[in-house]
Amino acid sequence: MIQIDGLSKSFTLHNQGGAVIPVMAGASLTVRPGECVALVGASGAGKSTLMRMIWGNYLAASGSIRVGGLDVVTASPREILRLRRETLGYVSQFLRVVPRVPTVDVVAEPLLNLGVPAEAARARATHLLAQLNIPQRLWSLSPTTFSGGEQQRVNIARGFAHRYPALLLDEPTASLDPANREVVLALVEDAKAGGAAIIGIFHDAAARERLCERSVDVSAFTPGLAA
Amino acid sequence: MTGQAYNFAYLDEQTKRMIRRAILKGVAVPGYQVPFASREMPMPYGWGTGGVQVTAACLTPEDRLKVIDQGADDTTNAVSIRSFFRRTAGVAVTEATAEATLIQTRHRIPEHPLTEEQILVHQVPIPEPLRFLEPREPETRKMHSLEEYGLMHVKLYEDIARHGAIATSYDYPVKVEDRYVMDPSPIPKFDNPKLSDCPALQLFGAGREQRIYALPPYTRVVSLDFDDYPFDPSKADHDCDLCGAGDSYLDEVITDDAGSRMFVCSDTDFCRSRRAAGHFGRLGTPVGDAA
Amino acid sequence: MTQMQKTVLAAEAPLLQVRDLTKRYGARIGCADVSFDLWPGEVLGIVGESGSGKSTLLSCLAGHLAPDEGQVIFATASGPKDTVQMDEPERRRLSRTDWAFVHQNPRDGLRMGVTAGGNVGERLMAVGARHYGAIRDTATDWLGRVEIDASRIDDRPSAFSGGMQQRLQIARNLVTGPRLVFMDEPTGGLDVSVQARLLDLLRGLVREMGLSAIIVTHDLAVVRLLADRLMVMKSGRVVEQGLTDQVLDDPQHAYTQLLVSSVLQV
Repeated sequence: MIQIDGLSKSFTLHNQGGAVIPVMAGASLTVRPGECVALVGASGAGKSTLMRMIWGNYLAASGSIRVGGLDVVTASPREILRLRRETLGYVSQFLRVVPRVPTVDVVAEPLLNLGVPAEAARARATHLLAQLNIPQRLWSLSPTTFSGGEQQRVNIARGFAHRYPALLLDEPTASLDPANREVVLALVEDAKAGGAAIIGIFHDAAARERLCERSVDVSAFTPGLAA
Repeated sequence: MTGQAYNFAYLDEQTKRMIRRAILKGVAVPGYQVPFASREMPMPYGWGTGGVQVTAACLTPEDRLKVIDQGADDTTNAVSIRSFFRRTAGVAVTEATAEATLIQTRHRIPEHPLTEEQILVHQVPIPEPLRFLEPREPETRKMHSLEEYGLMHVKLYEDIARHGAIATSYDYPVKVEDRYVMDPSPIPKFDNPKLSDCPALQLFGAGREQRIYALPPYTRVVSLDFDDYPFDPSKADHDCDLCGAGDSYLDEVITDDAGSRMFVCSDTDFCRSRRAAGHFGRLGTPVGDAA
Repeated sequence: MTQMQKTVLAAEAPLLQVRDLTKRYGARIGCADVSFDLWPGEVLGIVGESGSGKSTLLSCLAGHLAPDEGQVIFATASGPKDTVQMDEPERRRLSRTDWAFVHQNPRDGLRMGVTAGGNVGERLMAVGARHYGAIRDTATDWLGRVEIDASRIDDRPSAFSGGMQQRLQIARNLVTGPRLVFMDEPTGGLDVSVQARLLDLLRGLVREMGLSAIIVTHDLAVVRLLADRLMVMKSGRVVEQGLTDQVLDDPQHAYTQLLVSSVLQV
């Protein structure tokens, strides 16, 4: 489902004298449907960078990233937008929303973008919000005023609204209390059981143990470190 | 009598030819405003110089001229224009609609039906029906050439939104032969139906704005409206107090300081001929005019 | 299926194909060699600072300015046509039906002396609507969609706030269901809270109606929220283009990097 070959990247900082910073070289990884792979490595080693490259948020210098058959590295913006809509989900660490939109609509948005009727989309949204213990009185409010933990749960709800065949999770259990952590882990297991290929970053070792069949250390792909 | 210093009907022959060419263009494209080189006339703008120029270009010595102002032969404007043509053209004049061959009118169409032998010349202040909503001349010209008339209906929409009905009671815009939107001059909307399918040739002259347009005989003219607010050529709900006519356009006249009023036919010739034929209204007397 | 999904999935060809669009002012470049495709349902943002050529580009695309070179091929109902070569009546008809233009200053896009209902109804009447009641109902519906209270339908825009005027302009433009909307700094000059409301509204309408839009702005926060794709312009040329989030998070060109790093964080 997700196949990465020979991926490399560097940043060129034109406004700092053209300094070139290589951050990745020779990254390779395969994730099959139903598998969950954890990215590990020291802080700054490139875990989030790799995730962003799979998502299409960062460009690659060379190599290929195949998600469901589409090579993200060479795909057109239109194709990547379609991929993000239908196939690849991403739960980042930050919740970025348009101000004023009610929480239930934030969560329902991926489904609305797929053409799911509004009522069904909202029903699924409220179901997830309830599972994640977001009180009903908050559903019609914008999440911009919520606590960090609440925002994280809204973010997760949005990420799981649609059953993506491929999923990227960046610290999904951070800022969560044990009860909600348990809910999220169950959601991930449920997605796995449904055949999703998942790549995750977990600082929470126990969560990593429970969910992931294997780990990949991204320091192996960091130029200069491996040497 | 005929001014020794004046050419027939005041204008020189070349000017008359220029005006006739403009008239022919107008007749060829009904409702389209033809620009023309309007001349300085011995009367100020706003006193019918456009109509006078059209009349001057059309007059022949055999013509019989009638001039009316708001339907009346005896008001200032009518009297002075009639006098102008008597002096400069020496043509016969008349107050009887049926006897005239050319009728110059300010803001009314005579009640008496017109014939194929007659020409009706309208005096027009502002020829451009779109002017009040779109002040730019290049823009209105484009709108006419591209048949972009949505704005005209916006005006009618605004009327209904503000007054509950299309409040325009005169100067009511019309569509000519399903192509050009035209300003019929400030005739009351009651007169609009007479514009359509008229046996006479109708010419429109605007002197200050320098435009001439025309409705050839038997032209289809439709007043603009909405499907659910159809055009209504209404008039005051009275009969003429002098001649008793129930189907002519009326003037309302206040007769004393207590506010009493009477309604009389705006078309003086029509009213007088009815009374001469023996019809009387509430206040009508046999011969001569009431106060 | 929403309009969006229908439009996007059915698309076999771009809605707009721009090739080598160039506009010069004597020896100076207004915009040069601009090429891109726009697909149904996509929102393209064009950013740049003052003098970058973005407004010139938008004017050339929308047919307000004649470019010196290049083509703007639009997928009309009767097949792809180069709008640069179109005669004026056809182009004017296009801009009243399939296209819409939202001006930065709503006063440029509204008739200030006409009521809100009349403003929204005008495009309908221009394409032949002749039933007052139906026109008024449609206008009321659209005022609701742009969150203007129905009771204001008979008020003139001169009595509206800036944000309301802008929303009225949007309603006026979208009432005939255009497929392509050009927007010139749609949130410029509005209070921040009003901007947020407007952006939210635009996003919803774009999705519901399956619109494509080209938005010119200098505000990076607006493009991040509204645009799928982004073009960065400097001195009349496109220096970088791609997915909005990619261009903003991983800028490649020196100028883009400068632009992104200059944005103040709140």
